[in-house]
Amino acid sequence: MSRFTANADGGQVSVFNPRQADTQKKKSHKSSFRQQKLPAWKPVLTTGAVCLALFIIGLLFIPIGIALSATSANINEVKIDYTGMDKSSSCFSCWKSSSWNNTCKCTVPFFLDRSFDSTVFMYYGLSNFYQNHRRFVSSRHDSQLNGNMESLMEPSKDCEPYAFRDNKPIAPCGAIANSMFNDTLDLFRNVPTVGDVRIPLTGKGIAWWTDKHMKFKNPGGQDQNLTTVFQGTSRPLNWRRPVSELDQDPENNGFINEDFIVWMRNAALPTFRKLYRIIHKTKKMPTLARGNYTLHVVYSILHRVLHPTSNHISSVPKPLQSDYPVRSFQGRKWVILSTSSWMGGRNPFLGVAYLVVGSVSLFLWVVLLVLHHQNNNP
Amino acid sequence: MDLSRLRNIISRYCAGEENWVDSRTVYIGHKEPPPGAEAYIPQRYPDNRIVSSKYTFWNFIPKNLFEQFRRIANFYFLIIFLVQLIIDTPTSPVTSGLPLFFVITVTAIKQGYEDWLRHKADCCINECPVDVVQRGKVVRTQSHKLRVGDIVVVREDETFPCDLILLSSSRQDGTCYVTTTSLDGESSHKTYYAIPDTMAFRTEQEVDSLHATIECEQPQPDLYKFVGRINIYKDKDEPVARPLGAENLLLRGATLKNTQHIYAVAIYTGMETKMALNYQSKSQKRSAVEKSMNAFLIVYLCILISKAVINTVLKYAWQWSPDRDEPWYNHRTDNEKQRHVVIRAFTDFLAFTVLFNYIIPVSMYVTVEMQKFLGSYFITWDEEMFDEELGEGAQVNTSDLNEELGQVEYVFTDKTGTLTENNMEFIECCVDGNVYIPHAICNGQILSAASSIDMIDSSPGGYRREHEDLFFRALCLCHTVQVKEEETVDGIKRGIHQGRPTSFYISSSPDEVALVEGMKRLGYTYLRLKDNHMEILNKDDEIERFELLHVLNFDSVRRRMSVIVRASSGEYLLFCKGADTAIFPLVVSGKVEQVKARVEQNAVEGLRTLCVAYKRLSDSEYQEACQHLTEAKLALQDREQRLAQAYEVIERDFVLLGATAVEDRLQEKAADTIESLHKAGIKVWVLTGDKMETAAATCYASKLFRRSTQILELTKKRTEEQSLHDVLFELNRTVLRQRSISGLSVDCLDFGLIIDGATLSAVLKPKQDVAGHGNYREIFLEICRNCSAVLCCRMAPLQKAQIVKLIKASKEHPITLAVGDGANDVSMILEAHVGIGIMGKEGRQAARNSDYAIPKFKHLKKMLLVHGHYYYIRIAELVQYFFYKNVCFIFPQFLYQFFCGFSQQPLYDTAYLTLYNISFTSLPILLYSLVEQHVTVETLKREPSLYRDIAKNSLLRWPVFLYWTCLGVFDAVIFFFGAYFLFDNTTFTSNGQLMTTNTQMMFGNWTFGTLVFTVLVFTVTLKLALDTRHWTWINHFVIWGSLLFYVIFSLLWGGIIWPFLNYQRMYYVFMQMLSSGPAWLSIILLITVSLLPDVIKKVLCRAMCPTATERAQDHDKLVRDDPPAQLSPGRSCKGASTHSSQFQLGAMETLSLSRSDPLPQKLLSHLAEGGRAELRSCMLRLSGAGIAYYAPGPETSV
Repeated sequence: MSRFTANADGGQVSVFNPRQADTQKKKSHKSSFRQQKLPAWKPVLTTGAVCLALFIIGLLFIPIGIALSATSANINEVKIDYTGMDKSSSCFSCWKSSSWNNTCKCTVPFFLDRSFDSTVFMYYGLSNFYQNHRRFVSSRHDSQLNGNMESLMEPSKDCEPYAFRDNKPIAPCGAIANSMFNDTLDLFRNVPTVGDVRIPLTGKGIAWWTDKHMKFKNPGGQDQNLTTVFQGTSRPLNWRRPVSELDQDPENNGFINEDFIVWMRNAALPTFRKLYRIIHKTKKMPTLARGNYTLHVVYSILHRVLHPTSNHISSVPKPLQSDYPVRSFQGRKWVILSTSSWMGGRNPFLGVAYLVVGSVSLFLWVVLLVLHHQNNNP
Repeated sequence: MDLSRLRNIISRYCAGEENWVDSRTVYIGHKEPPPGAEAYIPQRYPDNRIVSSKYTFWNFIPKNLFEQFRRIANFYFLIIFLVQLIIDTPTSPVTSGLPLFFVITVTAIKQGYEDWLRHKADCCINECPVDVVQRGKVVRTQSHKLRVGDIVVVREDETFPCDLILLSSSRQDGTCYVTTTSLDGESSHKTYYAIPDTMAFRTEQEVDSLHATIECEQPQPDLYKFVGRINIYKDKDEPVARPLGAENLLLRGATLKNTQHIYAVAIYTGMETKMALNYQSKSQKRSAVEKSMNAFLIVYLCILISKAVINTVLKYAWQWSPDRDEPWYNHRTDNEKQRHVVIRAFTDFLAFTVLFNYIIPVSMYVTVEMQKFLGSYFITWDEEMFDEELGEGAQVNTSDLNEELGQVEYVFTDKTGTLTENNMEFIECCVDGNVYIPHAICNGQILSAASSIDMIDSSPGGYRREHEDLFFRALCLCHTVQVKEEETVDGIKRGIHQGRPTSFYISSSPDEVALVEGMKRLGYTYLRLKDNHMEILNKDDEIERFELLHVLNFDSVRRRMSVIVRASSGEYLLFCKGADTAIFPLVVSGKVEQVKARVEQNAVEGLRTLCVAYKRLSDSEYQEACQHLTEAKLALQDREQRLAQAYEVIERDFVLLGATAVEDRLQEKAADTIESLHKAGIKVWVLTGDKMETAAATCYASKLFRRSTQILELTKKRTEEQSLHDVLFELNRTVLRQRSISGLSVDCLDFGLIIDGATLSAVLKPKQDVAGHGNYREIFLEICRNCSAVLCCRMAPLQKAQIVKLIKASKEHPITLAVGDGANDVSMILEAHVGIGIMGKEGRQAARNSDYAIPKFKHLKKMLLVHGHYYYIRIAELVQYFFYKNVCFIFPQFLYQFFCGFSQQPLYDTAYLTLYNISFTSLPILLYSLVEQHVTVETLKREPSLYRDIAKNSLLRWPVFLYWTCLGVFDAVIFFFGAYFLFDNTTFTSNGQLMTTNTQMMFGNWTFGTLVFTVLVFTVTLKLALDTRHWTWINHFVIWGSLLFYVIFSLLWGGIIWPFLNYQRMYYVFMQMLSSGPAWLSIILLITVSLLPDVIKKVLCRAMCPTATERAQDHDKLVRDDPPAQLSPGRSCKGASTHSSQFQLGAMETLSLSRSDPLPQKLLSHLAEGGRAELRSCMLRLSGAGIAYYAPGPETSV
């Protein structure tokens, strides 16, 4: 018997002691994190749950896909190549026989088989143009473009070799600005009785609002005369006019020129398009009715130096091609006219992708359902 | 001062080895010895400053940086950073510099803080006051100013400031008591002795007048070894030489107890003290996960380099035409043009490397380290592993091996103190075959034996009477037990005080206490050791006094100890007690057969047996023995060996008296633990120094061997009959045959192997003689591989390590774990992949040297099955996920090169590149790797077989790694081309552009990157969310929080024109993207598409061939969905089965309980011998029923 009590005293046996259990409970409650006993939701990826998820995905994605595809299909878009590859085209001759003094014009006729009813967006598109090349992307000076006077006079090293010209700082500096797209595009409708009617193009509101109003600023503030502000700077090599003469409208001149701002946003891929003009919807009339149109391209606003012969880029203008050159790198130029919808421009991809994913999920849902059923009733 | 030190160092090194001697001479009190004694060569010793800190204020930055950059990953990132600084690379140096800086700083702060704490602690120790005797006066000084040779005064409860030789104490007998709790965890009081020549000193003046030198060995880390000699010069005589041993050496860190003050002389100071020498860290163990991680890293490094090479080559192929190389709109600078093409190509290669370098995640190392460091706290915090008795929980000495706990394939366990309690209880003794059981004592009388079965004759005859008396006296005298008065004891009570509550016994060996206790109950009480006389209170309440002359200490080689005493009658007696194998060969007379039979029977029952013998010494014999001993003790070199020789000479020609049996109870739930480990597919080996029968009995009790286990014996007994060769081959045949028959059903028959130390060394002995017979080692391993349990008995400590090494080196390279509690287990603990120490009664040596220390063996179950399992799945996911998310991150960037003219244009903005790994995606995975529980703790404990699911590093094998990488590549392709087609779908209809609905604005390259990046961040975070099976509020907070943080950061980053940046490329990009409907739609679509395949794969795998873990998850879910109160009829049978298994468990515990009840146990063992196992189990329940309320019944635990 004595042995018996000794056992109990020695605590050899884990006696179920209510008091002890109580303290245990208290302790673990206090530090349930430390005991890894935090209350937790324990989801398990069961077949049932995944079936449900797949079903929901299918159910949601297919309608979205249909809606997207339908919307995309309703968007009108036309694409006009004006590179002038064809020898008969007038743009070919422009490319061939341009001269320094003359501005060359070329025309591309095209036919719209559907009328564009809502607001039409006019883009220019380039291909094989590596706006996303690293050297190109970094060749800009954001602080200069933001109107900083110091940066205006001391362009960043990133802009090399487009930073100085005859020891004068280039404004705007850098390769991007230097290669700004400069074809002037105009649209005419061929009305049989009247002749060519110019379509009113708006260049306002084509750039991001934040870019136009916050990120890009002319140096010296709003009211300054741009010509004086840019005194002491040089225009980019390929430009024929200084930056202060980009537009007559002071709201659209200098660094805050919207065409310039649009160009300065580097495209993600080598084939890209950029917004050029907007054709606003007028009352009742279709924006662009069905019929014949002519695209007028005016070259030679700017001036290009294609192959600088020496390392030192000379200031003497060398009359060369006056259109925006893309042939040297097998590029193409387009004008694209497009309407838009709630989901933006025409993009069948998203709709198709949604449809595909939705149907695949439904298919998998069926497969899993069968499997699940088989497993449960073998 | 400094000059002389310098000179000393120079002279020491220039003089070569002559001066660099094995021993040092210490001049007590810095007094020069009398001329002519020896040339006075002042040796320089370090001062008593303890420096545990690594750095000083000045060298912290360079030294810490050096340490950190020695790590290969940090060095790699440093190189990348430098490359970015030197050449023109696509990403700014900030992108890799900032994370590197972050990592380095965090680590440096952590290390610096730790070092600061160490500095503080050092300062505290170094400046604590110490009293030194100088010129006959006590002078107070600071600890770090102590020098070798100083005479120090230490008072009660003070800690020794350095290693000291005891000169005299305030106690009359020149002893002092010391606890070494802080050194090795033993809280018992140990006695240290002053040499007789100096113990009489009482005052400072007397001590100061001492003229002596101490010669001793150079400092070495072994705490229990010390060899030295003191030469005392008196007048002009030859010096008197006295031996000094470990019993004279007071170690730094130990505390003086029960002694008012002592005088002692410093011999080892500062970093040369044994404590400081023991600080040296052990060799680093690396976990299997870390090895896989490094292998993966190398693969990724190869991928990185090949990517860079591919891109460089393609770049130059593509740039062949000058219009592409340098179109009119994009000229090089003059500098670039002048560069040679080879240099340009190399620079490009470097630039690509830099661009893709994020594929090797810099933050992975930090995360892994944090996970290990923080995760290990869960072990220390675990209340289930907290032991009330010890007042301590589990300890983590290294957090590097957490996940290795989930990979263990072999467990090597010690028996005594690990499987068993090491709480000894005296069961019986037998003198010449007559059995005495203290249990049956009534009123102080030995009631020989109504209950004792083997009692042969109860009437004592003369011869027997004499042997009985001698036997009891032998047990009362032959030990090193101390008697403690109640008020002086503050250690753990080692004895059960009976009758006299004021005193009890303390010893480092629990066996001895049990024996002395047992003697007390048989009527012979050991009272105390006073003035070298041991006092015994005999049965007739008379005090007998024996003069203690010599103690021949126990050691594990001899496995016995002896004392030489002089009885009051004047005769010299030598008592010896030890293991049966150590005693029987030395016995010349006595009833050997009877005793042997009894010993064997006891051993079968799992009792620890000791044999007792004696011999009478004549005066001349005693003198001879004395001389042997003194000579050996005085020896400076090879003292151990000499002592062993002396012991061998003295200990022989014994007369056998009898044997004792002490029971060592099984630890609580030891059997349950072993069973669980078996079920988890872990092979358990018991390595013990005990004898085979005892060990085998323990193995049966602990369910290591079951009734069905076929035992294979590979013992000395058998190899004596057959040659080792034949035995091995026969066993091998048996095993193989069985395997070929049973083939599929593995569980039907399992083998257990018993091997003893002697045979083992024969097996392991490299074979030179017969080449044709092949290697025994291989055959042995083959046998072992097929045995579920192996018992190795009669093992020397080193052999334990040998076994572990053998298994470690076998061709599967299994992960081994060694668990033990004693100093003899340290070698195997250090050898095994994971070493676990039990905080046992035999001190803390095992716990100190281990990687993890736990209070009880049963905690091993939770340690491996729960913590190990969790850590493994956590870190496996962590590693795989890290690689996955970086593939997802970088592969789109690689693809983008094909669309940007191989110009190294980064896809993402610098801020995103920098912060992706360190803030957007770092916290969720870190938290996952800390708190994930794929199944509940209860399930893991209930179903140990789940452990098999993660065995063999299953989550980090190459196929799994490949799967994750492919998944990463797939996701990356989806991200990139999804965005690509949205931006430019030339292949479809060559038109379409993303625009916002209202403003029709164009998106540029940064929007493209941001779109990809947004999809990326959401996908990888949601992927982790899908993998998370345990959603606490912290998970919710961190996962949704980090997504929210990404959005908020992007809004902020793009919302302001940051004045300190020289570019504003991200300005309003994120907002513009979010204001576009198609962007939202495509983000949702791409995330869905990226996540679906993995989910489908998982569900299909789960449905087709679920793993045990997945079944357990389903089961958990079922239980959770409808609580067991409403058991459906379909599941009631399952419920019943768990009930019955619980009941078995309960029964099992009653078995372990019943072991403490000798009567039923003996009955049972008899029954079992009769082969009536059924009856036995029946009886078990009966005997268990009496104390059933102790065991957690099935009702309470369900």
